Amino acid sequence: MMETLKALAEPNRLQIVELLLKGPRPVGELVDELGLRQPQVSKHLRVLSEAGLVAVRVDAQRRIYALQPAPLKELGTWVEKYRRVWEENFQRMDGLLEEMKRKEKKHGRKKR
Amino acid sequence: MDARSDKGTTMKNSGELKLTLTTRGEREIVMTRAFDAPRRLVFDALTKPELVRRWLLGPAGWSMPVCEIDLKAGGKYRYVWRHANGKEMGMGGVYREIVPRERIVCTELFDEAWYPGEALLTMNLVEKDGRTVMTNTILYVSQEARDGVLRSGMGSGIAVSYDRLAELLGAEGTEKSATPV
Repeated sequence: MMETLKALAEPNRLQIVELLLKGPRPVGELVDELGLRQPQVSKHLRVLSEAGLVAVRVDAQRRIYALQPAPLKELGTWVEKYRRVWEENFQRMDGLLEEMKRKEKKHGRKKR
Repeated sequence: MDARSDKGTTMKNSGELKLTLTTRGEREIVMTRAFDAPRRLVFDALTKPELVRRWLLGPAGWSMPVCEIDLKAGGKYRYVWRHANGKEMGMGGVYREIVPRERIVCTELFDEAWYPGEALLTMNLVEKDGRTVMTNTILYVSQEARDGVLRSGMGSGIAVSYDRLAELLGAEGTEKSATPV
């Protein structure tokens, strides 16, 4: 999980992941889209690959990269878990606010 | 008011209360949430200890035995949570700026902080048609600190997705019950 976050923390790598969401692509296309030099893109792809986020296959002379959904799914589950904790807090607060509104209606608004 | 509306339409629908968590720049986390109540009530719920300890509890099993708030610039606040299993977690900070019902700026630091430096929290409340939108921005001392918080999934108990990650995940077809029941 930490590896996934670390890999995605770098803006260019996040952009690579976004590009690959549309489908697998050869390195050359990624280089063009990102406006980076090939060695830099290759370095980013290596990090993403080590984090299990992308996989490569060789098609003739081209190296084609594809997204591997497992780490993203894991990350999504994890983010959701904690988002839910906060959301539960706020839903308790919603309940409290309803109670406060009812009380105010009953007793009239007090000036602070 | 139904808080459980569909994913992907955050805040567009005026009937929506949905929580959003995102990153901004390298050092910030931004959280927004709407409440179906006027700003003065929301502000009270966020700043009066007897009200705060009724909702700021986190997962089941935790209570909030300490909730001290000295709501003025230079004043301190202190929160301690305790789990049924005896574990405790505390945090606190100093208020830098208070505009009643509208804005709070304060520092925040966990007792056993797992990230370097104090974070700076800026909370703004905007009321419209009897509803209030809260925006919390937490600024960390460095990207490393912020990402440390992201990794642990906490920061004022918050967990966050990276920019557009939710969209990425949605596009990947992984959206499950993204809304708590």
